[in-house]
Amino acid sequence: MAEPVITVDALTTHYGAQCVLRDINLAVAEGEILVIMGGSGSGKSTLLYHLLGLLEPTEGAIRILGMDINRCSNRELEDVRRHTGVAFQGGALFSSLSVGDNIRLPLEEHTGLDRSTIDIMVRMKLEVVELAGREHLMPSQLSGGMVKRAALARAVVMDPRLLFCDEPSAGLDPVVAAGIDDLILKLREALGMSIVVVTHELESAFKIADRIVVLDQGAILASGSPAELRAHPSDKLQRLFNRQPEIPDFDADAYLHRLMGDAVP
Amino acid sequence: MTVDIDDTGGVPVARIKGEVDLKTSPRVRKALLDVLKKRDTLIVDLSNVDYIDSSGVASLVEAYQTARKAGGQVSLAAVSQPALRVLQLARLDQVLPIRDSIESASAEIAE
Repeated sequence: MAEPVITVDALTTHYGAQCVLRDINLAVAEGEILVIMGGSGSGKSTLLYHLLGLLEPTEGAIRILGMDINRCSNRELEDVRRHTGVAFQGGALFSSLSVGDNIRLPLEEHTGLDRSTIDIMVRMKLEVVELAGREHLMPSQLSGGMVKRAALARAVVMDPRLLFCDEPSAGLDPVVAAGIDDLILKLREALGMSIVVVTHELESAFKIADRIVVLDQGAILASGSPAELRAHPSDKLQRLFNRQPEIPDFDADAYLHRLMGDAVP
Repeated sequence: MTVDIDDTGGVPVARIKGEVDLKTSPRVRKALLDVLKKRDTLIVDLSNVDYIDSSGVASLVEAYQTARKAGGQVSLAAVSQPALRVLQLARLDQVLPIRDSIESASAEIAE
């Protein structure tokens, strides 16, 4: 059996005295879509940063594409990153570069391909994400959904084996969000890549995931296929799914005090 | 990855075998464009391509466009499933001529 593309083994991380991730174990197989879900403060973003090699765990190990990313050499880590694409939540497009130049950047930085080849690759990816003909636009001229699509195009321009998507449909209206979900499924279907999606969007998670890991207070609360989670939701999981946003009591005096500073007696 | 050029008679055939990726696609590009410097038609046999990434597909597009500009033709023959999926993703299956076999591609070009 092929080694999983990602293996997380007993990952625990502390920020000072606070435990932010506790005994996380998971694996992602070749071609699998894993969705990491959880509310604010659940630890899902922290887990993503560990998978990207941006944070060091206090305990445990993370293997990606066969490498222990916290113990391998810089050259080995660079090799892992070449086969990894990341679509950041806000898009993280360079505002001074056109859409096309944002997408071509990884190819120009990391390959010695001819310019003509790169041009075709960029236009192909724009076609895939349905931004054909928009390569000359600047990021500021794009809608929220277009920014997400451009970010996805840049993330997959090198045809990575592994794609990370941080909140790919957050802040989008339902129709545009569904389009992003479809695009993620299309990329996996055509390119066979493994995809890790971090999201708090329940509908999106259940639509695209092969497997869902639900985090709560830094620990795995539940994991399984969407069908398994639907069939056997624990009480805690149901509460998490049904949780309404907590709105603090409105304190008019305190608000006025904040507005006026110390002028209010 | 290997590219064998068969230019012994009729329409030349480029047989690509193995994985075409960022490292190997420049060799594919060069081999195809070299043929098209001398000939204006070419059949690319993709039956033994296990994997092709967008840089490989871009090389096919460039060869196709080069031949067209010269009034010629590049056809893809016996496209393997992995290669077909990538072509479909970019909707290039609707642009590049894809034929079932070298024989059918050859017969079409000869017409």
